[in-house]
Amino acid sequence: MITDAFVEAGRLLIRFDAELMEILALSMQVSSLALLISVVIGLPVGALLAISRFPGRRIAITVLNALLGLPPVVVGLLVYLMLSRSGPLGVLGLLYTPTAMVIAQVVLITPIIGALSCQVIEDLHHEYDAQFQSLSVPRTTAVLAYLWDARYSLITAVLAGFGRAISEVGAVIIVGGNIDHLTRVMTTAIALETSKGELAIALALGIILLSIALIVNAVVMILKTQAKRMAYV
Amino acid sequence: MSKTQPPLLPISTHGLSLTVQGRALLDNLNCHLSGSGITLIMGPNGAGKSLLLRCLHGLIETPAGMVRFAGEPLNAEIRYDQAMVFQHPVLLRRSVEANLRFVLGYRNTNPNHTVDALLARVGLSEKTKQPARLLSGGEQQRLALARALACTPRILFLDEPTASLDPASVFLIEKLVCEARDQGTKVLFISHDIGQAKRLAEDVLFIHRGRVAEHTPASTFFTSPESEAAKAYLSGDIVL
Repeated sequence: MITDAFVEAGRLLIRFDAELMEILALSMQVSSLALLISVVIGLPVGALLAISRFPGRRIAITVLNALLGLPPVVVGLLVYLMLSRSGPLGVLGLLYTPTAMVIAQVVLITPIIGALSCQVIEDLHHEYDAQFQSLSVPRTTAVLAYLWDARYSLITAVLAGFGRAISEVGAVIIVGGNIDHLTRVMTTAIALETSKGELAIALALGIILLSIALIVNAVVMILKTQAKRMAYV
Repeated sequence: MSKTQPPLLPISTHGLSLTVQGRALLDNLNCHLSGSGITLIMGPNGAGKSLLLRCLHGLIETPAGMVRFAGEPLNAEIRYDQAMVFQHPVLLRRSVEANLRFVLGYRNTNPNHTVDALLARVGLSEKTKQPARLLSGGEQQRLALARALACTPRILFLDEPTASLDPASVFLIEKLVCEARDQGTKVLFISHDIGQAKRLAEDVLFIHRGRVAEHTPASTFFTSPESEAAKAYLSGDIVL
């Protein structure tokens, strides 16, 4: 039975099965948009936390680090409560839409990108700070310089966020509802098809998910190797 | 350099003190540097030379004492007229030219300061595209000096810029420092190299145990030092 499922999964993949491709496309769309939003929020927040000095900074960093371990189902629940008809954002009618899934993933991965980038930039700040003070580098220029000079390490942080988003199931199933042709993404589809005993589709999606994880890691490794050769990390 | 700029000399400190974990790193340090040219700051390790430079440059705030430039406390404008080269150069994780372009991008006050001109000046024209951190120690220090000179500083702080460098790099750095001096830049140069001090110094500030042990013209310092610590230092004894 397992062998048959693998063979069928291979067939589905080889012929670019329309249903699989639709699920893949939606997954990539949702996670990419969530990643983009999280990068726009997380990187500057991480950079500012790393280089600013204000009362409560350490507490803010501790909270951000604690959010790294946010349970996806809790995030899903919170976003659900916000978006449900009786919730504060219920009027927007976003529940069970891809937008709700994007919101949940943003909540989930922004702390990852923020906390990791904060750590990376804080290390760089220790190294550059006296030199930047000496050169009277304006604040905005300094932040941009940190982001640029830490780019290879930050890419790792960003890809870690993407990995988390694309492989997450708990939050998106709560706020997305796993509706066919609307909010069904790879992880929720795997969960559903497995429960239905449709192992071929589940396996095919699993192979795609694993391939994405492999590609992401390979890209990180190639970039890091290149950066090390140039002494840029 | 524009003649309308306010003067920055004399540089003076009064009662500069810094104690860390019960140890006085700067101990009521008073100095008055009124002459232009190159002032060599000498003294044994741990005497407080680098700390003094960092205080003058505003990198460290001292709990006691004051720093004055032509009677004015250090402020952003005065800091803008200063530059510092550290013993271990901190270069951006970029190419050689990108390191200079970074500074010139937001504070190019001198039209003669182009990336090409500055790199030619420090003998790095052939290394423009190389990652800065893959340069040799001497080349990195020359790039750091080029970056400092790109700021057109009126006061240049050099914290052992030639320590552990090859003679060719030392020669080039000394030449650049002399050029900067000739263009009117006041240079404060920390060195343990007595030969280098004799080549460059107009006056010597000798620091011992967080205090100025003596401040004399170079000719006097090397022929007849006043303090016992300086005498021992010049005669090659280990001064603690």
